[in-house]
Amino acid sequence: MTSSSTSRPSVGVQLETKDIARTFADGTRALKPTSLSIPRGQTVVLLGPSGCGKTTFLRIIAGLEKPDPGGRVLFDNDDVTTTEIEHRNIGMVFQSYALFPNMTVSENIGYGLRLRKVADADKAKRVKEMLALTGIESLAERRIDQLSGGQRQRVALARAVAIRPRILLLDEPLTALDAALRERLRTELDQLLRSLGITTIYVTHDQAEAMVLGDRIVVMRQGEIVQSGSPRDIYFEPANRFVAEFIGAANVLAGPVTDGKIRLKGGTIPLATTQPNATIMLRPEAIRIDEPERCSWRGIVASVAFLGDRQRLTIAEASEQPIHVEASNSVSIKAGDQVGLAVEGRTIRVLSE
Amino acid sequence: MKSRQLFALACLLPLGIILAAFFLIPLVRLFLIGGGGEAGFSRYFRVLTMPRYYEALASTTILSLAVTAATLLIGGIAGIFLARNRFPGHGLLVAILTFPLAFPGVVVGFMVIMLGGRLGIFGQMTLALLGERMVFAYSIIGLFVGYLYFSIPRVLLTVMGVAEKLDNQLIEAARSLGAGPFAVQRDIVLPALMPAFVAAGSICFATSMGAFGTAFTLAAKIDVLPMVIYNVFTESADMATAAALAVILGLCTWAVLALARLYGGTNVAAAG
Repeated sequence: MTSSSTSRPSVGVQLETKDIARTFADGTRALKPTSLSIPRGQTVVLLGPSGCGKTTFLRIIAGLEKPDPGGRVLFDNDDVTTTEIEHRNIGMVFQSYALFPNMTVSENIGYGLRLRKVADADKAKRVKEMLALTGIESLAERRIDQLSGGQRQRVALARAVAIRPRILLLDEPLTALDAALRERLRTELDQLLRSLGITTIYVTHDQAEAMVLGDRIVVMRQGEIVQSGSPRDIYFEPANRFVAEFIGAANVLAGPVTDGKIRLKGGTIPLATTQPNATIMLRPEAIRIDEPERCSWRGIVASVAFLGDRQRLTIAEASEQPIHVEASNSVSIKAGDQVGLAVEGRTIRVLSE
Repeated sequence: MKSRQLFALACLLPLGIILAAFFLIPLVRLFLIGGGGEAGFSRYFRVLTMPRYYEALASTTILSLAVTAATLLIGGIAGIFLARNRFPGHGLLVAILTFPLAFPGVVVGFMVIMLGGRLGIFGQMTLALLGERMVFAYSIIGLFVGYLYFSIPRVLLTVMGVAEKLDNQLIEAARSLGAGPFAVQRDIVLPALMPAFVAAGSICFATSMGAFGTAFTLAAKIDVLPMVIYNVFTESADMATAAALAVILGLCTWAVLALARLYGGTNVAAAG
């Protein structure tokens, strides 16, 4: 079966993994049987702490590692499970960029085309397009050791995309850069991936990166998928405590529930649940500072950090642990103040442990 | 500022002493001896016009180049393989392969006799199989085998050292772009190992040019220059000719190392 990827290669393929698992020789399970389906042109971010299996998952999709028997990897309906990476026609960007030091920028970008025996004129044209796409025309004849980290990242991306891959795989491509550059490139990369419209899998441990880049975020932990959904779903409706705390800041509070209210150290919050004991999550920006007498839940301000556009408060006595609240920069408040904490019911998320 | 300069000079002193004692003074002395006597400095040109000497220089150089090429080929492939593959007995194998480093040239020569001498294993085998005893130890083949034997470990270790540090992601990146095993070696591995090959090849060449013990033990039918120098010195007591030949041998070796350094980057050890 031939896919439309042959005629419109830039949109990539639909990726399907069926029960792929990976057990190392010493018996450790790096990846439990995992099935995932990614529609054509979508960017999926595999997110999780180090050792969660995300890189193993990516490497199996790339063809750098073989899944345990029974697992299958399909590009459209083409079963590539046993296909070597060099025949899969994928684009891959590595954390270290892995640019070839014995080649110039242009030669690096054109390497995949050279292997495909693309005619010189066509190759030169495509390399030029790639240089323009990533904004590094002026670097064409540079040696790799003359490039900055951000420039290397662009070359690595241009090289991976130049071959019009069926799928683009990025393994922590921004991790090696400093924070400011990472933020700028994150936005740039997002625009580039959207303009290419290619099926992309992006591995990272940085939740901010995942939020910006992912059409869908797949959160992984200990070799399995914990939750898969849009950035919005993952943020507002985390499946469990791990996801809640991994994505953004979260206050996780636990207490007994009576008469539709959860009891905490500093008072009660209305909660619609039938459980006798509940664990809930509240995002720092979902808690509003109010007059103490107007609220059923109170605390004492332990510290105030003024951030310019907002203030970050730490509130003691509201719960067993101090809680974090993001308040508007206009609220006048200081450490030691007693405050009321107002919460809207729809922002409360009841967690399963 | 002044005390810092003095300190730097003091640090340079040991290097200066070693350089003078073991390099400059003997070399100048050797050069002057070579230019002494009735013939004077014209001896440097005269020795090169004598067949016995220029033939020895040519055969030594050709032998050394051939040994270097063969060593790089064998040691290079083995080195890359050993660096990139782990298997039971790996450490033991590397230890065995690098064992010849510990042998003096005389021992290597003796081992070549055991292998290809008149009573060697190879001779016995060919006698049994072909009805004729084949002996190669005392020919250029014997020298070649002996030199190869002590050269391989040097290349092996240098190549392994660099190959182990080769970033595996480079290979994976090349493969993701469509490079098969051959293209990976050609475009990624070999270019990365080039400086190691030049460095190892230079040491190998320089050692072969100056090797004496093996040639001495084999008392080979061919004259290598270090043997000629020894004979001129001990048999004819012709100090001046021996000195002139030694300087010429040194210059030739140095010239090849300089070329390698010029074309192969800066990692070339100036061995001697």
